[in-house]
Amino acid sequence: MSERLAPQNKVPFWRSPQGRAWMFQLCMLGGFLWLAVSMYRNTLVNLKTRGISSGFGFLGNEAGFRIGEVTGIPLPQGGLLWFLLSLVAGLAISQLISRHLKSKSERPMSSKWLSVCLLLCIGLPMLTLYIFRDSVEIVHYTESSSYFMALLTGLGNTLKVTVIGCVASTILGLLVALGRLSPNWLLSNICRWYVELNRNLPVLLQLFFWYFIVLQQLPNVRKSIDLGGWLILNKRGLYLPSLVPQQGAWLFCAAVVVGFAAVWIIHRRARRILDETGIPVKILFPSLAVLIGLPALAWLVGGQPFTLDFPVLKGFNFKGGTGLTPEFTALVVGLTVYVSAFNAEIIRSGIEAVSKGQREAARALAMNERQVMRIVILPQAMRIIVPPMTSEYLAIAKNSSLAVAIGYPEFVSVGGTILNQSGQAVEIVGVWMGVYLCISLLISFGMNIYNSKVALVER
Amino acid sequence: MFQDIPDRQPPATEVGVIGWVCKNLLCPWYNAVLTIVSCWTIWSAVAPFWEWAVTNASISLDPEIAKQHSGAAWGFIRDMWPVFMTGVYPAEERWRPLIALCIVVLLVSLSVVGSFRRSRWLKVLWFVSPVVVFALVYGGGITGLPVVGTHYWGGLMLTIMLSIVAMLAAFPISVLLALGRTSDMPIAKPFCVAYIELIRGVPLITILFMASVVLPLFLPSGMELDKVLRALVGITMFFSAYLAENIRGGLQGISKGQYEAADALGMSYWKKTIVVILPQALRIVIPPMVNNFIGILKDTSLVGIVGLVDLLQIAFATTSNPKWFGRLEEAYVFIAFWYWILCYALSSYSQYLERKMPSASK
Repeated sequence: MSERLAPQNKVPFWRSPQGRAWMFQLCMLGGFLWLAVSMYRNTLVNLKTRGISSGFGFLGNEAGFRIGEVTGIPLPQGGLLWFLLSLVAGLAISQLISRHLKSKSERPMSSKWLSVCLLLCIGLPMLTLYIFRDSVEIVHYTESSSYFMALLTGLGNTLKVTVIGCVASTILGLLVALGRLSPNWLLSNICRWYVELNRNLPVLLQLFFWYFIVLQQLPNVRKSIDLGGWLILNKRGLYLPSLVPQQGAWLFCAAVVVGFAAVWIIHRRARRILDETGIPVKILFPSLAVLIGLPALAWLVGGQPFTLDFPVLKGFNFKGGTGLTPEFTALVVGLTVYVSAFNAEIIRSGIEAVSKGQREAARALAMNERQVMRIVILPQAMRIIVPPMTSEYLAIAKNSSLAVAIGYPEFVSVGGTILNQSGQAVEIVGVWMGVYLCISLLISFGMNIYNSKVALVER
Repeated sequence: MFQDIPDRQPPATEVGVIGWVCKNLLCPWYNAVLTIVSCWTIWSAVAPFWEWAVTNASISLDPEIAKQHSGAAWGFIRDMWPVFMTGVYPAEERWRPLIALCIVVLLVSLSVVGSFRRSRWLKVLWFVSPVVVFALVYGGGITGLPVVGTHYWGGLMLTIMLSIVAMLAAFPISVLLALGRTSDMPIAKPFCVAYIELIRGVPLITILFMASVVLPLFLPSGMELDKVLRALVGITMFFSAYLAENIRGGLQGISKGQYEAADALGMSYWKKTIVVILPQALRIVIPPMVNNFIGILKDTSLVGIVGLVDLLQIAFATTSNPKWFGRLEEAYVFIAFWYWILCYALSSYSQYLERKMPSASK
């Protein structure tokens, strides 16, 4: 065969598929470079004519604007190096453990080792922070702080909304999904219309609805809805009592943690005995005793661990307690309601996607409804549910940026104020994109670890 | 001796209305509790709304009469609905968007009706219609109509135009991105991956801010981009990344044999892609693409943040009118109605397509 293919019939390189692909790609690269260079030069010229200096130096300047809601930011100072070192050490040890386990067996990391690694990654830095306690300062943003601190405060607010929104929308979505799956016709239709209504309306419209209509209908400060001081609701926001740690708080917290650990160990032991001997061990009462008894003991020994700080009406507004601003409340409620509709659909379709035979087979093995759900249906549904849920969590993180429309000071809104003040458009948009990419990567990284735990392990 | 015994009828509590009610609403006891709770929920949600929207409402065009009613003032909507539809578009020129709307509605309904879907004329019309609509709404040029600049555009017209144009513009870009991402070209592939992942990782608002604040800096000095065009660039950039991932799913859903068969016939890359691969891939992803379109339609509401007066922002514009000051509730209900109708129609259509196309479920 090879003799027949005369050399003069050989396709020249620039007409072969590879050659064409290369030429096409080189053209593309050239075009892109040309575009980038011309954009860069245009930008330089434009910045010069507008009198804006480029670079991130402006971040140190004094901000001078007020932020309505300020979360304290822990700012490590002297022991920062040790903190970073311990973080690296924790990550490195976890990496070593996981590599060692992987080389020993092909199976994915067991939850025991995973928790050890997590403990190392979180515990070591925390320990350093505890030792170098003075090096951490809780910084509250003031008007004289720098732009950098303002951005950091905005980021803190974004993360707060994201975490609360993720948890709340998952719980609400689960409830709605269960309602839709219920045999009760009325309930399942209510849940169906809840989903249809929320899914088909823009999230911005819903935020406006909560902020401008629902929260504006609330009474003013003098006539606020008051549930014995525990919950006060008025136009200025939602007020709850806050916990103030006292002398015995450390002991109490430690007792709670130890209690949970003990329950976990009891549970594992009961499981092992069941697997080995087939004798079910009653664990409800011992674990309840541990869970309640230990903290109670700590309470007795260490004295009252927490006192409650109730909000009190002083002058024109409530003082003390935890105040949630109306912007925050509207944002969290709006995002939660919007995303919970999507979550409900994901959970419902995941549960319905588990084939009917699995349910019937489980019933044939004389499992009761709870066991069927817990042992057979949910583990299989999780595989279908987790990947789309990840994108919903990402959507919450990204949609929290809509707060700019109702004036909640989160990352985009604070950045927008800085953009208006300093005119550093390129840098601010760059910082926005970089930070949101990091948040997205972190969420998907965490969810991917979880996903690999629930995913189907195929031969 | 065979004797026919008639089948025994099920007991009365199992069939008919009584059976249905018992099975779905009352039995067992916790179902009845759920039913009562549901009834209470419906009552507590619907009754105040009914009272506000119907019982205590007024439909008078006079705001003084409307103020005497505690409920909704639907006269506000009656008075302002042309503004909701077209924004501050000059009143005497409103027939132009109306005709444009008729063209779009006609085209969409023709595409939905099965027998016309395959005709070549429809595709030609789809390509021609944006030009016609733009000429009609913008005016000037060969049409001889007075020019109505884009800063006069607004309301539902702007929302629908933005979403349709963004969809049409994002489609070819996303096909190229998806092809680049599934190819094995060492330079083009990382480009496409980076673009898609970068855009999908950031919120739409930052892209819109980039388009409205940073994009003018990138252009040669003296070159000005229209505000609507800038928002359009942002939305198109954003959605081409999402659409590209959907189309990539379709490309991956095609069996390897199709590629190999096309190669065996000696087709070139573009011929293979256009004749064999894309028609199959796109057919699989029509339902997710419709969902994507719903996303565009809903997310165009964000352009208000960079200063366009779309359907949502019209609410603020109309309610700051002293005549109907602070009638936000009515405006929101009206806007929600429009968004809901459009999105629900689209999602029902996508579900219909999914049911109709057996290949999509495989």
